[in-house]
Amino acid sequence: MLQNEYIELPRKRYGYQAHERSKKAKKMIGLKAKLYHKQCRAEKIQMKKTIKMHEKRNTKQKNDEKTPQGAVPAYLLDREGQSRAKVLSNMIKQKRKEKAGKWEVLLPKVRAQGETEVLKTERKKKARKRMVTKVCFVGDGFTRKPPKYERFIRPMGLRFKKAHVTHPELKATFCLPILGVKKNRSSPLYTTLGVITKGTVIEVNVSELGLVMQGGKVIWGKYAQVTNNPENDGCINAVLLV
Amino acid sequence: MPSRLLAQEEAAVPDVQRLLVQFQDEGGQLLGSPFDVPVDITPDRLQLVCNALLAQEDPLPLAFFVQDAEIVSSLGKTLESQAVETEKVLDIIYQPQAVFRVRAVTRCTSSLEGHSEAVISVAFSPTGKYLASGSGDTTVRFWDLSTETPHFTCKGHRHWVLSISWSPDGKKLASGCKNGQILLWDPSTGKQVGRTLTGHSKWITGLSWEPLHVNPECRYVASSSKDGTVRIWDTTAGRCERILTGHTQSVTCLRWGGDGLLYSASQDRTVKVWRAHDGVLCRTLQGHGHWVNTMALSTDYALRTGAFEPAEASVNPQDLQGSLQELKERALSRYNLVRGQGPERLVSGSDDFTLFLWSPAEDKKPLTRMTGHQALINQVLFSPDSRIVASASFDKSIKLWDGRTGKYLASLRGHVAAVYQIAWSADSRLLVSGSSDSTLKVWDVKAQKLATDLPGHADEVGPTLGQRRGRDYTLAVSLLPPHLPSSSASLKVYAIDWSPDGQRVASGGKDKCLRIWRR
Repeated sequence: MLQNEYIELPRKRYGYQAHERSKKAKKMIGLKAKLYHKQCRAEKIQMKKTIKMHEKRNTKQKNDEKTPQGAVPAYLLDREGQSRAKVLSNMIKQKRKEKAGKWEVLLPKVRAQGETEVLKTERKKKARKRMVTKVCFVGDGFTRKPPKYERFIRPMGLRFKKAHVTHPELKATFCLPILGVKKNRSSPLYTTLGVITKGTVIEVNVSELGLVMQGGKVIWGKYAQVTNNPENDGCINAVLLV
Repeated sequence: MPSRLLAQEEAAVPDVQRLLVQFQDEGGQLLGSPFDVPVDITPDRLQLVCNALLAQEDPLPLAFFVQDAEIVSSLGKTLESQAVETEKVLDIIYQPQAVFRVRAVTRCTSSLEGHSEAVISVAFSPTGKYLASGSGDTTVRFWDLSTETPHFTCKGHRHWVLSISWSPDGKKLASGCKNGQILLWDPSTGKQVGRTLTGHSKWITGLSWEPLHVNPECRYVASSSKDGTVRIWDTTAGRCERILTGHTQSVTCLRWGGDGLLYSASQDRTVKVWRAHDGVLCRTLQGHGHWVNTMALSTDYALRTGAFEPAEASVNPQDLQGSLQELKERALSRYNLVRGQGPERLVSGSDDFTLFLWSPAEDKKPLTRMTGHQALINQVLFSPDSRIVASASFDKSIKLWDGRTGKYLASLRGHVAAVYQIAWSADSRLLVSGSSDSTLKVWDVKAQKLATDLPGHADEVGPTLGQRRGRDYTLAVSLLPPHLPSSSASLKVYAIDWSPDGQRVASGGKDKCLRIWRR
C-alpha cells in the first residue's frame, strides 16, 4: 500500500491515469466482458440511487397529495374526538377513583421529604424549636404563639400568598391568591404547618377566571398542584386540577 | 270600527267584568288610547281591534302578551294566574308574527350521494335556489334542487372544505379550506371566479360577506382563521384588503354586522369589535371563562337573505330581480325592520357552559349572562325575527332564551347525544337540530315541544321509510327504536340548513351523503 509522498509519485511519473475503466471495458471480449459489464451496470444503478437520495435530503419535498381521513367540521377540529369506548372507560375509572378517595393529581409520585430536610433544629436552652426551611403558607389571620410555646418557626421570608397557576386546557397562567394548603404528600404534619413543596395540593382563589357552575353560581376556589420546588425558585408554580 | 265590535260584545253579555287595556308595541310605544274590553275577550277579537288601530291593509297575524304571559284562550284565563289590578290600565304588548307559515318537514325526499368523504358544511343560497356543500374530499358541490341531483362539482381546494358562505345577492359562493385558502365559485356555471385568496397560515374557521345594504355589489368578504387573524378580501381584485390582528389565539367565529362593525370571537376568551371600513379595534368584550365558540347577531337572518323576502317566496325559487339600487333599498328596509329601535345585539356561547348577551355598539359590559347548560355550547342562533335565541350544546339539549332580555324560556330535550347544529325556519316558528346521534329533530317553538323526529342519517332503515308518504311514514317512525344502535355513532350529522323560502331542509354528515327533507 502506498502512503504519503509515494501516492503522488506514480502520478508524477506516469501522469493522471484517466479513462482506465473505459480502456479496459473497450478491450474486453467474450464471457469476461459480459460479466464485467453486468457488474458495471449494477454499480451504476447503485450510484444513481445514492445521488438521488442526497438530492432529496437537501430539498424540501411537497407533502403527499392525498388528504387525511376523518374530515371534521371546524367546530370539532380543536377537540379530541373521544370514541364511545374511551368515554365509558373514563367514566368507570372516575367512579373507581371516587370510591378509593384518591384525587386525580398530576404528580402521583412525590419525593417524601424527611424531617431533617424540612425542619432545622434550634436548640436554645431547654426548649427545642424547629425552623421550617421550605416555603409555607400561613393565612391571613396568623399570629405567632408566645415564644416560650412555639415549637415551629416559619420565617417571614419563606411565607407566600400568591401562586402562578396554569390552566391546562387554556394554556394560560394566572397569579392567584392561595386560600390554603390542602394536602402535603409527605406528611400530615406539613399539611397542618402549611409547608408547600413539590406535589403539594393547594387551594387557590379562581374568581378572576370567571368560571360558573350551572345555576349561575360563580366558582371561587379550586385545587391546584405545585409543580416546582418553591424554595429553590422563589415562586410557586402550580397546575389547576380541573 | 272598534267601537262597533265592542258594542256588539257589550250587548251580548252585560255582566262580564270589564278592563281598561292599552296596546303597546315591543319597543314600548303606545298604540291608540286606552279602551275597555270584557275579560273573556279572545286573541282573535284582540287581533281585529289591533289591526284596525294599526290601519293595515292586510290583516297581520299578531300575538298578544300580558307581562310576558301569552294570551292563548282568553284574557281572563291569562290574568287568573297573575296578580293584576283591575283599576289601572292594563298594557297588552302585541307582536306581529310572520305573515307566511312554514310547514314542518317530515320526510327525506332524497339522499344525494357524490361526496367521497364526510360532508362538513351545507348552505342554501339567500333565495333558496341553489344548494352548496363542502366536504372532506376537498370538493364543493352544487346541487340542482328541482330535480334533486348533482349539478356541479368544483375542484380546487387541496384540503377539507371547512366553511362555505353565500354572498347576500346569491351570485357567489366563498369556500375556505383547512390549508387556509379561500376560493370563490359561480353557482350557475360551477367554475371558479377570480383568484385563489391565500394569506392565512392556518385553517379557515369562518367566512362572512359584507351586507347587501352597505354594498350591493357584494365585493368584500371577511375570513377568520386559526392563526388568530381576520382578513378582509376584495373579491374583484382578488387580494387581501386589510388584516385585523389582535387576538392571541384562534379566531373561532366571525360576523359582519349591518352597522359597519365586524365582530370576532376567539379562543382567548374575548370578543373583539372592529370598524369594518378602516380596521380599527373599537372594543374588546371580556367575561367568558373559556374559549368562545360561537356568536350570533340579532340581524343575522336579514343580513344573510339580503333583499330576498321569504314571504314573497314562490314554489320555484328565482334569482333576485331589480337593479342594484332597488336591491340595496329592499335589503336596507328589511334590515331596519328586524333591527328595531335599539342597536344590534350579540350573543356569544362558550366552552364555559354560559352565554352572554351584549350590545356591542354601546357598551363593553354584557347585558346578561345566560347560564344553565351543563356542557359546552356549540352554536347559538337568533330567530329570524330576533325575538328568541336558541343555543345548542353538547349536553344534548337546546335551550331557548328571550332575544331582548336574555331570560330563560325553555329547554328542548330529546336528543341522545351532543347537538351539533341548529337552523331556524324563515317564519321563526320552527327549529331543526342535527346531532351526533345521527338524527334530526324539528321543534315547534311556540309549544316548546318536538314537532317531528327525522331518523336522519341512519342505516338502510331510514331512506326506505322516507320514500313512503303520509301515514305510513308516521306509523313506521313510532316503530323505530328510540335511539339507533351503536353502529350509527359514525353517522353524525355535521351540518344542516333550512332554505330561506322554507321549503326544504338539507343535512350533511359523516355518512358522506346529503339529505334533503321536505314536507
